Formats: sequence, C-alpha cells, structure tokens
Amino acid sequence: MSIKGKAYIAGIYEHPTRVALGKTLPQLHAELAKGVLADAGLSKNDVDAYYCAGDAPGMGGIDMIEYMGLKNIRQIDSTETGGSSYVLHVNHAAQAIAAGHCKVALVTLAGRPSADQKEQVQMRGGGESPPASGFEAPFRPSIVNMYAMCARRHMYEFGTTSEQLAWIKVAASHHAQYNEHALRREVVTVEDVINSPLIASPLHRYDCCVITDGGGAVLVVAPEIMKQLKRPAVKILGAGEASKHLMGGKVDLTFSGARWSGPKAFEEAGVTQKDIKYASIYDSFTITVLETLEDLGFCEVGKGGKFVSDGNLISGVGKLPFNTDGGGLCNNHPGNRGGMTKILEAVRQIRGEAHPKVQVPNCDIALAHGTGGLLGSRMGSGTVILGNQDS
Amino acid sequence: MSETKPKVRAPRVNHETKAFWDATAKGQLHVGKCDDCGEHYYYPRPLCPFCFSDKTRLALCTGKGTIYTFSVNEGREPYTIAYVTLDEGPTILTNIVECDFSKLAIGQKVKVVFYDTGAGNAVPMFTVA
Ligand SMILES: [Zn+2]
Repeated sequence: MSIKGKAYIAGIYEHPTRVALGKTLPQLHAELAKGVLADAGLSKNDVDAYYCAGDAPGMGGIDMIEYMGLKNIRQIDSTETGGSSYVLHVNHAAQAIAAGHCKVALVTLAGRPSADQKEQVQMRGGGESPPASGFEAPFRPSIVNMYAMCARRHMYEFGTTSEQLAWIKVAASHHAQYNEHALRREVVTVEDVINSPLIASPLHRYDCCVITDGGGAVLVVAPEIMKQLKRPAVKILGAGEASKHLMGGKVDLTFSGARWSGPKAFEEAGVTQKDIKYASIYDSFTITVLETLEDLGFCEVGKGGKFVSDGNLISGVGKLPFNTDGGGLCNNHPGNRGGMTKILEAVRQIRGEAHPKVQVPNCDIALAHGTGGLLGSRMGSGTVILGNQDS
Repeated sequence: MSETKPKVRAPRVNHETKAFWDATAKGQLHVGKCDDCGEHYYYPRPLCPFCFSDKTRLALCTGKGTIYTFSVNEGREPYTIAYVTLDEGPTILTNIVECDFSKLAIGQKVKVVFYDTGAGNAVPMFTVA
C-alpha cells in the first residue's frame, strides 16, 4: 500500500528556546504538543496516535502519553534511529493512517543537552550496550571524528576539498541571518570556515552543527481531518527508510543510507530530483550534507563538492535551496537530533511560511532527509517527500 | 617492552567476545571467519553476518594492513582514530600510534601494536609498518 496522498501534515511547531534552563524534558515535549495542536487548530483529545524516539523520558510513549494526559491513543510507536527518527515517524504515521488505524498522529522531539550540562543533570543509565561497542569504545570515537573520517575518504576518492565543504556552512549561514531564533545568525565566508579551529581533521569547528535545547513537533492527519482545518494542506507523497552500517568489515564511508532511502521515497512519490524545489538535508556536519546530496541523486556520486560550491544551496542564488531556517549548522539541532527540524522547514516552504528572504517561489514539492547515528559507522536514514494540495 | 606505554581503556567483554580479547593478551589479533561462505568479517560474532551460518570461528591475522581513512582528534592530547583494512580483508576501527600524525596518509601500510589495559587483555592499535 502506498502512502501517497493518504496523509497530510496539518501542524508544525518548533520550540523557540535554544537553552532550556528551568524547563524539564517532559515539559518541553508537552509544550511542543500544545504548540503543534494550536498550529493545526486541533485539541488534545483529537490525538489518537503518539510517536516519540529515544529522546523522550522513561519508556517514551507510555510515560509521555500519561504526562500529557492523552486518552484516545490507538497507535504508539517509539522507533529509535537517532536524529532521523522523526522522518521515520512521519512515514509510519502515514502508513497507520492509510491503513485506517488512526487519524491524528502526534510526533514530538525534545532535548536539553546545554541545560543538562549547565545544571549537571544525571542522565539515565542505558541498557545492554550496543554489540559493536567493545570493539570501538577503546579507540575513543567521538561524534566529530566519526564524521571526519568520512570526509577524509571522500576527499581521497573524489578530490573533494575543505573549501567545497565550507560552502555548505556558508549557505546555511546566509539563511540563518533571517531567523530570529537561530543560535548563530552571523554570515560566514569560506575563509571563516577553513580558518576556524580543526576539531578532528579534516573537519573544522564551522563544519560542525550547533548544540541546542528545545525541540519540534509535527501532526500527521487523515485527509478528512485536513479538509476541516484552515491551515494550508501539506500532502505526504512518499517516504523511504534504510539502515546502512559497516557490512561485517566491508566498509565504505563515501556514501550514506540516503542511497537506499532516497530512491524508495522518489518512487513512491512519483517525482524526480528535478521536481524538488527545496530540500531539507540533515546537516550534523558539512560532509553529511555532501554525501546525502549525492546519494539522493541531486548530483553525480563524487561531484558533490562542485555541486555545493558557489552558493548553489543558497535560496534565491543557487539551483537547490537547502535548510532555509539555517539548519543544524546555524539554527537549531535540538537534543542533538536534527531530523525533526528538517521536516518543519520543508512544511514551512510548502505552506509559503518560510522567511520572505528565503522563501522559494511556488514551492510545490519539497524533500526532507534525516540521518541518525553516525555517518562513520551505522546510521538510520529517512527520506520524505512532501507536496502542496495540487501536487 | 610495554612498560613505557600508557595503560588504555579496557574493552567491555562478554561471552561472545571473551576468546577474542583473551588472545590479545598473547599479542594475537583475530577476525571472524565463516567456514560456510568463507568470508572473513569484523567484529567477530557467533552467526556469520553474511550468510547466518553458525559454523564460524576466530581466524588469526598477520596484523598487517593499510589505512582506509583516519582523523586526528585535536586538543590537548591529540590522538588518531582510523579504519585500517587488514590484509585478511575486513576494515576495522582502531587508533594509529607511535608516529608523526602530520605525515599520515590514506594507503599507508601499518602493523598492529598491542596496548595493555591492565585488565588481562590488550587493545590492538596500529603504527606505520
Ligand atoms: Zn558465512
């Protein structure tokens, strides 16, 4: 069964906070739920499905459903694929709606890494450690060096340069200057990026996303619900999911799971790369964007460096406007999970509600892609393609 | 011989991985080997990740390999993380040690060196061959 046209995104909400001192994690989730329901024009009792990932406290769904006082829940999904989880949630919600299991699905993401650090909050202990950890932890993998190794290999195989990667941050910064909530609003140049300190070679500080608190929420609804609402309809056209990993030691770090999730999404949506007017691309690091753009087929494999150069990702300047909210590189990466904010900006673009300086004219079809986990080992990938009512 | 080397973080060891880690105390590096499909694989695990056969065992490696990629983690005490492709086939996560990091390159030949954890095993790292 295809999800094409079977479900709509009726509400979005991005928490304005970037440092959530004094607010608890469940409180952030609940504030996000309240915000997204207000955006859609629905109420708490309309929600009959709830989706959350590993960022939610306790046992996720069941604890948050109680905390928020939801009482009509018929579908619960706590799929956890790191920062890409929320793209998968939208897909799963659309599938559940298409199958008639629910009509109003609430998805929330929240995090407070900055406030946790400042307030020295004890994180809960995990369960059984991942099977690979015994063979990895002794070597001190960090988030940055596990992406940096991908960049190094991409440079080696394809001649990609630090200057080309820098263009991705430059484009994000051009967009972030217009977002009043963005953590970093200053416009930067290629030189600024490559002169910023090396964190893990070959990645510099400005190749890395920001660390922020807050979160986002999205409401996925059945077509008959959408018809009753006043907000612009954003139709879900197709989605794809994949998990890419180290393949038992046959390691290839020059591509991401988008190579597998992307084609599924395009096929279901019945559109091609040329139809995409705007793309939200997960930008934990500049290299994440570059590999994802290649894997999604926006350019040839190995040509990503050339593709992103000279402002090609800047709205109003280049051919593929991306992350017009400033993305994770400049605006927001709540709870170290950027998949949700990717969906939110794609919805704003289709609604025509992005900032006027970055709004893509006649944005009828947009794509959002999430990457969770680590580009340098194992990741969950989710791609969703959205369209307006006429798409 | 290893007196001047710093003790390194001990790995988590479980039933599955005990034989691999016990052998490191003798300076031996293993990968998984499937006797059904013939693949070498890493990390070792009881069921082959290629064909799901349980006819698997540890296969001793020469300890020689080639740098597939690496990153120097900057900071007060820089260290280098890398993926090394072993001569036996699998590419494994490790550290590159005892060399000038600024001269490292992809394709560099490397050989294993073991660092004692003080917990009855040793961690396989690599240095230039
Ligand atoms: Zn096998």
